Amino acid sequence: MYIEDWLAAAKADAIKRKMPELVPLLEGLAASTAALRKADAEDRHSAKSETPPERT
Amino acid sequence: MSDLRTISEIAPLVQSGRLSPVDLVAGCLEAARTRSSLNAFITLMADQARADAERARSEIASGHYRGPLHGIPIAVKDLIDVAGTKTTSGSALPVTAAAADAPVITRLREAGAIIIGKTNLHEFAFGTTSDETAFGPVRHPLDESRSAGGSSGGSAVALATGMAFGALGTDTGGSIRIPSAVCGLVGLKPALGEVSTARVVPLSGTLDHVGPMARSVADATLMHDVLTASSSTASAPQGPLTFGVPGSYFCDLLDAGARAALTRVREALVTAGHRVVDITIENAAWTPHVYLHIVLPEATCYHAPWLEPHADDYSPGVRIRLEMGGYVLGEDYVRAMRLRDRLRSHVDRALAGLDALLLPAQPMGAPRIDAATVEFEGASVPVRAAMLRLTQLFNITGHPALAIPAGLGGDGLPRGVQIVGRSSAEVLAIGRAVERYSSGGDGSVGGGTG
Repeated sequence: MYIEDWLAAAKADAIKRKMPELVPLLEGLAASTAALRKADAEDRHSAKSETPPERT
Repeated sequence: MSDLRTISEIAPLVQSGRLSPVDLVAGCLEAARTRSSLNAFITLMADQARADAERARSEIASGHYRGPLHGIPIAVKDLIDVAGTKTTSGSALPVTAAAADAPVITRLREAGAIIIGKTNLHEFAFGTTSDETAFGPVRHPLDESRSAGGSSGGSAVALATGMAFGALGTDTGGSIRIPSAVCGLVGLKPALGEVSTARVVPLSGTLDHVGPMARSVADATLMHDVLTASSSTASAPQGPLTFGVPGSYFCDLLDAGARAALTRVREALVTAGHRVVDITIENAAWTPHVYLHIVLPEATCYHAPWLEPHADDYSPGVRIRLEMGGYVLGEDYVRAMRLRDRLRSHVDRALAGLDALLLPAQPMGAPRIDAATVEFEGASVPVRAAMLRLTQLFNITGHPALAIPAGLGGDGLPRGVQIVGRSSAEVLAIGRAVERYSSGGDGSVGGGTG
């Protein structure tokens, strides 16, 4: 799921549940999730490039 | 008057009958009464502790000495089950009395320790300042307008003020080391899985640890050995030690007192013939993101049955963080767990060729109660993020980490350093060597000057 879509849905849900104080926290969580996904992608990429190509 | 001697100092006196467990318990209860404004205890087990002390005195007098914890009053964080007492977790949520002791309590009792009471904490261990609790904020012994750290804040205060001679804490992101560091004490987060967490209210099942808090590394070693049914004495390293100081990330945000404390310890170790080198822990900056995506959903999952029906019984800040965990996606939890494995190997790699890592235990001294942010050379950082920054990586990786006092900052508040290594026994043995140079004397509380 894209972070933008997740954040929009999460904020709407928080408002629906009458917890507006959650909104800034969800925005902070979204920034952290973006950083997590970036780290994961970069690590997978570097792990892939460290693996020697398979010989056929 | 509060008795701030170490267990190592008083145990021989207890064994020989020159010091009675009955008097030790009376002194601790008196200290708890005198400084009740600090809100260290939730449940003081006065009657049972007196009865246990009388039994210990009698056993010792008849030649049945069990070891250095026999007759010693120990405080227990109120997240851990002690039979017959409510495990409140610092919360107003309704709870019944525990039916049995947690295995860690059983170990302490078998060693002859006396449980003096259950200590206050940040509600459900979900915070670092021990001010979100249904039992009043835990106040710092040196300045009551400040936090004693958390989440094991009450355990730290009990130790620092003579209400107990040792304490049990729990540590999910730093909750033993943080209050230990800001109160000038020793705190060990053991290796992951080394000490039982059964019958301990979980915050995050895969990050939670139980460990000792003490007035000296020797005392922490005594308690660790009892909690793990082991002996750490054989693990003392031989000859000069090699320490690695991780600079990037760990030394980016430090106040002047924390930076000076690290420099002081580092220079003292070099002067004493040890080797200290600068190192880097690869991808350490991932830490808060990995941590958040594990702790939030795991905590929320545990609390799910009570969050809606008991919403008003939670502290607002704790409740809202628990609600937030419900929004973390499963795919991101899996990513965090994968990166957790990577961080574990990065720390292992950083430790290669070293005896231990040496880093600050906290980036600053005790914050003011209710402070939202803390300033570092112009950068404003949320208090919770700042206090977790230097400790949480080792919950993620599971490496044992020991907080040791390292003197006072210019504000008169304690600072601490952290030793991280491969096994708890090794870390404790190295800690005994470092303590000599960090605290101005064996066993001193508050860096030897507090």
